[in-house]
This record gives sequence, structure tokens and C-alpha cells, in this order.
Amino acid sequence: MNMMSEAAVEKALDKNMSDAPLKMIGKDVSVYYGEKRALFDVNLNVRKNTVTALIGPSGCGKSTFLRTLNRMNDTIDGCRITGKITLDNADIYDPSVDVVELRARVGMVFQKPNPFPKSIYENIAYGPRIHGLAKTKADMDRIVESSLQRAGLWNEAKDRLQEPGTGLSGGQQQRLCIARAVAVSPEVILMDEPCSALDPIATAKVEELIHELRTNFTIVIVTHSMQQAARVSQRTAMFHLGNLVEENDTDKMFTNPDDQRTQDYIMGRFG
Amino acid sequence: MSVTASSDLNVGVPAINWQSDDMKSRRKRRYAADRRLQAYGLVAIIFALGFLAILISSLVYTGNSAFTQSVATIEIDLSTADIDRTKLADADWRGVVRGALRAQLPGLSRSDERKYFEMFTSSGQFIVRDAVVADPSRLDGKSTFVIPLADPFDQLAKGQVNRDTPESQRRVTDQQIGMFDQLVGKGIISRPFNWALFFNADSRFPELAGLAGAISGSFWSLLVCFVISFPVGIAAAIYLEEFAPKNKLTDLIEVNINNLAAVPSVVFGLLGLAVFLGWFGMPRSAPIVGGLVLSLMTLPTLIIVTRVSLKSVPSSIREAALGVGASKHEAIFHHILPLAMPTIMTGAIISLARALGESAPLLLIGMNAFITSPPDGVFEASTALPTQIFMWADSPERGFVARTSAAILVLLGFLVLMNGIAIFLRQRFERRW
Repeated sequence: MNMMSEAAVEKALDKNMSDAPLKMIGKDVSVYYGEKRALFDVNLNVRKNTVTALIGPSGCGKSTFLRTLNRMNDTIDGCRITGKITLDNADIYDPSVDVVELRARVGMVFQKPNPFPKSIYENIAYGPRIHGLAKTKADMDRIVESSLQRAGLWNEAKDRLQEPGTGLSGGQQQRLCIARAVAVSPEVILMDEPCSALDPIATAKVEELIHELRTNFTIVIVTHSMQQAARVSQRTAMFHLGNLVEENDTDKMFTNPDDQRTQDYIMGRFG
Repeated sequence: MSVTASSDLNVGVPAINWQSDDMKSRRKRRYAADRRLQAYGLVAIIFALGFLAILISSLVYTGNSAFTQSVATIEIDLSTADIDRTKLADADWRGVVRGALRAQLPGLSRSDERKYFEMFTSSGQFIVRDAVVADPSRLDGKSTFVIPLADPFDQLAKGQVNRDTPESQRRVTDQQIGMFDQLVGKGIISRPFNWALFFNADSRFPELAGLAGAISGSFWSLLVCFVISFPVGIAAAIYLEEFAPKNKLTDLIEVNINNLAAVPSVVFGLLGLAVFLGWFGMPRSAPIVGGLVLSLMTLPTLIIVTRVSLKSVPSSIREAALGVGASKHEAIFHHILPLAMPTIMTGAIISLARALGESAPLLLIGMNAFITSPPDGVFEASTALPTQIFMWADSPERGFVARTSAAILVLLGFLVLMNGIAIFLRQRFERRW
């Protein structure tokens, strides 16, 4: 694919986002932490090769929703989920679903960069190794290189692959985590406020990266920064007090939202 | 809330004069309280260090003499002795030794001679026999043998017998002192380092008694203790921390583990006596039973330590592993456990150190037996360091008084060594988050 056609594809993707095929569908999703209800019947769809931003004030349930998409909430005691979430039309909460496979297909990047305290190489090779994605050392080297390339970290890290991943700067660590998520070739990447611990320059790099990753992956990102949502996403969903207030094309959301609460939040009147 | 509203709140509040005498003296009192607290802490530390110093110095004072042993170095010409080379073990070694000793102080009457032979350990013949069996070439000419002095004369050599006390009140007679001085004059009495303290097993005679049996008994017991409590403790902790549902039953288990950690060790000894010796019919005094009892004692502590260190691995690592599709056991064994391991090892070593110093449970299962050879394995009867100390402390001979202190110093040495390893592991490998 040459530069021209890639740009053309991107342009086509940017237009008519509402027409992109649905990758994940959330239907009447409710989440309870013990007695407390955190999400109220959320209906939210994630479109293929699209960046979907989840915004809303603290405690509105956007991270909770994100973590239902790869069943990360399973690890929390007393967490219960009702409703239905599908990935390519298959219910991910069906008892027959293998969580390990699901999490390989729906990768995740966390708020705080959390590289394993191992070498940069090992950080990336870990996922492919447990899933058996590389037959030989050469295969693994290729996966590590391409993942680092995709995360825009190759040039900075290629000479120090055996050094600990924790020795990188915060921004580099977060890109390492993105490379680690990319290495198992997921279909969807979930990002939980990936830039909240980063400085503006590192943030810009990660945002640029998100933009590039969209051609190959479907991305759902939780962010506190409205500007970031506006910059990186094509679709935006606004949460408030556990309810989905509005889901719309990002352009429309930030210029002419349908819901008054969205308008108020974006204008900084609450939150 | 607007700015004007908040400034309204200050209306009517008098201005604070930070320099008023009242304020100054108030601050002064607060600083004084700070300094008092520091002083209390300092006093407490000096107090603790002082007691430690008293303990160590009293042990060194009474125990240092046990680290040397007075010996007579005697030359024996075995080529002229009447020895059947085919039956070395059965030869008249007693006669050989006595002959050699007689040559040092010739012309004693028969009763004087008996007094003279009392000066040397009664096991001299076995020392010579074993040396010759180990090296038969000694039979071909003159060779020197080292015979330890009997305990009262060891004390005399160490200057712990007051020659001014009346003869009837000491264990050595004036005549024997005279003989001793003659031997000293001939230069055959010396006081080398007492290797026997480490390489001999227990004996009724202080000059021959050593810690080899106790050290190897302690080693085997701790080995059994480690082999059992380490994997079981880690497995239990991982289950409780990572897999067990949070309910009444697991709460009950948790409370009971904490309680078990506080149970006096003698209770575990009673349990070992009833269960391991009584029901299972395991050998008495054996390190295997000692190790089992000690592992019962260390298990609760180890489970608690392991759970705490598993808990201290940040959940972000767990999430990172699960996030790339690791299964639960992969997240635990590839990431969480390795990161927790240095802390677990530290905890394990410290609980083993505690087990090393434990005497009560071992006394109950008979590890205070009198055993004169080190055990070759976990099923042979043996003593352990703390029980050996207990036994020696009970012995009336002067030599055992010093040896008790020396054994305590050896035990303390092992404890310091183990704690040192634990500190090293912590400094070297532990991650801080």
C-alpha cells in the first residue's frame, strides 16, 4: 500500500464513521460492585478501525465499561455484569468463551505505564510466547521488532533491547506497553487513560501513535481530556453517573451535541 | 462559592499575632516535646544495646576459654612397641600411651602414677589408635600424638584453678600440680585452637565434647523443616491470596493461621510427640521428627509472610499479565511470585533462624539424648544446637560451663549468618514500588 492510497483509506474512514462495521456491541450492560451499581443499561457499539473515546467526569463508569470489554472486571471480587457484550457477534460472557483468548484478541493499555520488570525484549516477547505465536527465535525477533516499530519505539530501543523496560522514561514505558499489547496481534486495543501519567510531549507521541494504530486495530480509549478525545477519536461516548449520555461522531459531539449534559460537560460547566 | 463570600467569613476574627509571648512559649513547648521524644528513643536504644553488650560480653567472658584446649604433645616410637599389625584395632594402645607418658616423668611409684595418668583424657588410647589406623606409616618410627588434658587440668592450664585454695577444696592435688608444672617445664603442654569443639560429637568428658552432632542434627532438622514448610507455605499462601473466595470459611482459616503463628512452640512439640512418635511410630530423637515439628511451627509465619509479599506486588503487574492474555497461573508463576520471591526468601530464612534457636519442641521429642556420633541422615538419633546447650548447661563439670557459653556463641553465629543472608537477599533483590 503506498502513501497515497493509505491517506485515501484514512480519509474514507474519517468520513461516515457511523457506517463502519460494528466490532463490539454492548447491549444493556450493567455492572454491580457488590450492592453498588456502577453502570446502568449501557448500549454502546465499537466500530471497526475506529477510535472510540469514552469521556465523562470521574466515577462516571467509563473505565468500568472499558474493563467489561475484555473481562478485566472478572478479577475484582464481587463484580457482577448483566446485559450482553459481543465481539464479532459472539457473546464474550458466554460460559464457553475462553478468557485467555478473549484478552489476546482484546488487548489493554493501562493508565499507569506498567512494563514487567524485565528486559524490553522480554516485555514484548512474553505475550507471543505464552500464546505460542513464534515458532523460532527469528520469528520472535521479528515480532519484537515489528511491535516496537508500530509503537514508534524501535529507534529508541533497538540498541537496548536487553535493558530493563522499567529503565525507560514514562512516555517510552507507555509506548512499550502499547508495543506489548500490539505484539499478540489483538483486534481491539483498550486504553485506560493512557496519557494521564505523561507529559505533553510524550502525550503527543502516544496520540500520534493511536492515530497510526487505527489502520490496523480498533481502539477504545478512556480519557479525561476533552481535547485529547477531540484529537484522537472519530466516535465519542459521554458517560455520566453510570449512564451513557450520548454517543456520536466526535466532530458532532464537540460542536453540536444532542444532549444538554454533554454540552455542559464539554463547556466545563460541571465535572 | 464566590470569593467575597469566603472573605465574609473572616469578619470578626481577630488578627493573629504570631510573635506574642503566648504564641512563642507555645511553640517552644512543642519543640521541647519533639526533643523529649528523641531523647526517649535514644535512651531506649542505648538501653537495648547495653543489654546486648552485657549478654555478648558475658558469653565471651565465660565461653572464650572453650575455644582453646590444653593438650600434651607426646612423641611415641611405635616401631619398638609390641603391636600386631594385622589387628591394629585390638592392640594394647592403653599400654602404648601409658608407656609414652611414663617416659615423660620416669620413676613414679604406682599410686603416684595413677594420679599422673588422671591428668590426661581417659580416651587417649583411642585417639592414638584412630590416628594410627588412619595412617599406618606411623608404625615405622617416631611420631607425635596430641593428647588432650583432662578437664580439671585443662582448667589449671587456663589459670582457672586457684593454687592458694586448700587442697581439699579443689579437684587437683598439690602433687598433681607439681607434675603438671614439670610437664610445662618440659614444654609439652600447649593450648591450640579447640577444633574438637566443632568436629567432635558429644562426650561425657568436656575435653572431648564437641558440637558436630548438634550442628549436623540442627542442619538435618532445618533441611526437613525447609523442604516441608517452604513449598507448603507458598502453596497455601498463593491459594489463600489468589484463588480462595472471600467468605466466612476463608476468614476462619485466616484467623486460625494468625493464631497458630502465636502458639507457643512447646505445644507443637507436644503435638509432635503425640502424632509423629505416638501414632506414626517415627524414630525418637530423629531430625526428621524435629524438622516436622519445626515446620509446623514455621508454617503459619511463612504463610503470613508470603501472603504479605504477594500482596505487595502491585496489581498493575497482575493486570499487565492478564491484559496480554496470561492465564491466572501464568500471571502468578511468571510475574507475581518471582517478584515476591526475595521477600518470601527473607521471611523463610528468618523463620528458619527462629526454628534453629527453638529448644522446647525438640526436648519433647527427645532430641536431648546423649549421642556420641553425628547423625548420618534424618532418621538417626541426634541432638540439635539449642538442646545441646540445654544439656551442657545441666552438666556439673567446669569444662561444660565454658562450653555452654561457647555453644551459645556458635548458635548466635549461625543466627547472625542466616539473618545476614536474609538482609543480603533483601538488599540485593527486593524491588521497591
